[in-house]
Amino acid sequence: MSNLSKCKYRGYEADRSKYPEMENGKAVIDLDSHKYTKIWQGPQHPGVTGNMSVELIVNGDEIVHAKTHVGYLHRGFEKLMERRKYIQCFPLVCRICVPEPDTNEYCVSAAMEDLAGITVPEKALWLRTLNLEMSRVASFLMWIGGQAGSLGMGTIGQWTVGMRDFWLDLFEEMTGGRVYHMYMIPGGVRKDLPAGFKEKTRELITRTGKLMDDVDKSFMSNVIVKSRLQGLGIITPEMVDEYGIVGPNARACGRECDIRINNPYVKYDQLDVKMITSTVGDAYARAQIRYQELRQSLDLMSQILDRIPEKGAIQAKMPNLVNWKIPAGQTYIKAESTRGEHGFYMVSDGSEKPRRVFARGASYTHAIAVLEKLAVNISLSDLAALMVSLHTCPPEIER
Amino acid sequence: MEQLIRKIKGMVSLKAYIKQRDDLHFITVKKEQLELILSHLKNNEGFTHLAFLQAVDFIEDGKFQLTYMLCNYETNVNLGVLVLIDRDKAEMNSIHSLWAHAWQYQRELFELYGIDFPGSPRVHESFVLEGWDEIPPMRRDFDTLEYSDQTFYQRPGRSTNDPAEYMKEKMYKNYAASPMIRRDNE
Repeated sequence: MSNLSKCKYRGYEADRSKYPEMENGKAVIDLDSHKYTKIWQGPQHPGVTGNMSVELIVNGDEIVHAKTHVGYLHRGFEKLMERRKYIQCFPLVCRICVPEPDTNEYCVSAAMEDLAGITVPEKALWLRTLNLEMSRVASFLMWIGGQAGSLGMGTIGQWTVGMRDFWLDLFEEMTGGRVYHMYMIPGGVRKDLPAGFKEKTRELITRTGKLMDDVDKSFMSNVIVKSRLQGLGIITPEMVDEYGIVGPNARACGRECDIRINNPYVKYDQLDVKMITSTVGDAYARAQIRYQELRQSLDLMSQILDRIPEKGAIQAKMPNLVNWKIPAGQTYIKAESTRGEHGFYMVSDGSEKPRRVFARGASYTHAIAVLEKLAVNISLSDLAALMVSLHTCPPEIER
Repeated sequence: MEQLIRKIKGMVSLKAYIKQRDDLHFITVKKEQLELILSHLKNNEGFTHLAFLQAVDFIEDGKFQLTYMLCNYETNVNLGVLVLIDRDKAEMNSIHSLWAHAWQYQRELFELYGIDFPGSPRVHESFVLEGWDEIPPMRRDFDTLEYSDQTFYQRPGRSTNDPAEYMKEKMYKNYAASPMIRRDNE
């Protein structure tokens, strides 16, 4: 709040001569003075996927203080996993992030394989890569819906969320589940691709590409979108390390961090993944990055489909998973979700149940420390757009 | 990385070093030397990203293990700095001055494990549990089943089965009797 006195927002310079009064570089906010209003945004709000509220103090329609409150979705997954066998963790972890559950499944499987020293067969790695990219596309499509909806453009949201449903249909064919897939299990994947799956996926890639052309014309090139998002919520390069910012939010201000390129996992080292960055750092730059990454994911999927081996094992030889004991040790596995670094820290004590499982979601910092900083001095009407542009996902904050 | 470990050994007394993978290493340091080593790693060795700070409850040893996971974006190496603290008097120095988001993890650890970080901003504010007066729920001695039985009531007319017994009896009778399956007590 120390920058309140220097407020300059989109050419409008607030008169800070009278209030808020500054004391030791901090604003003195007295709600009884009737100059400020406290309002709550959330816990149900289109700005986020899930339930999270922001306690706001506004002066007119300008936010002078913001505080994030979570706890509406706490289901205690990490505690539950400590009381379950390793294979029983899978129905839990996919629920940590609803729009993109596969990253959780991959990280947990890979953590168990790392601790137990299991090598996953080649074909299973390709199928995992395909599954991860499909979930990235589905998540990005949902994000476009949220970002458009937060700016009052519900139609574009309906296009993309409708298209996501076709991707969910493909997930259903591939895994048996639409939203929660539990496709990746320790040692590989559960099923091979069904007949005709590759052709259907290629067709959907083309259809999604065409929709993206429409989204480009109607949303990315839209003057209203540009005027609302440009200059909103600027993340500076210095903030990246200070706040632990990752993913598209960090790449939008020039930081080259993409785990698929920096620490390649599954088969990303054999794919042509490009680092997409910008130097502007505002909400529009973040939207551009995500739009381009969606297109890149479609391209990657075409590459993957060409290279999935027709034959080969999809499961490594595993012990009986019901009584599977993993040697004592600890590991950290991370993967690039649509929000950035998504990782699992797993500690085993040699028993049948994990000693500790911790899910590190990108939203943990984006939705709390970063949002509380960026929300100050913006207009109340822009808060939803800011929240979506940080791509916050509350379930991964409270696990 | 070996060079860095040698350097750290020259600076502080390293209690343990484990190489998990080429891009993941763990070092265990003394509680009082943590801030020194973290600020050195951040300012001089390029470990600028704090991925997370978490605790593991080793109740049988009476210890909490705190894990500070750092990442170096230039070498793409993760380094977990581990510290063991006493479980009875769980208190640790705050690192909020090194990373602006560290207070969040410290607030979470106070609520869920009861580990205090004196001086950390908003450390005693509630995070996900409001009005919680039991022992911190992520500690190993917190019994979720007992808490649930005491706090919630059974819906009238509803019976409860032990899932393990129920599955053995009703669903997998032949499977459970098979001599090929290794059981818990063998």
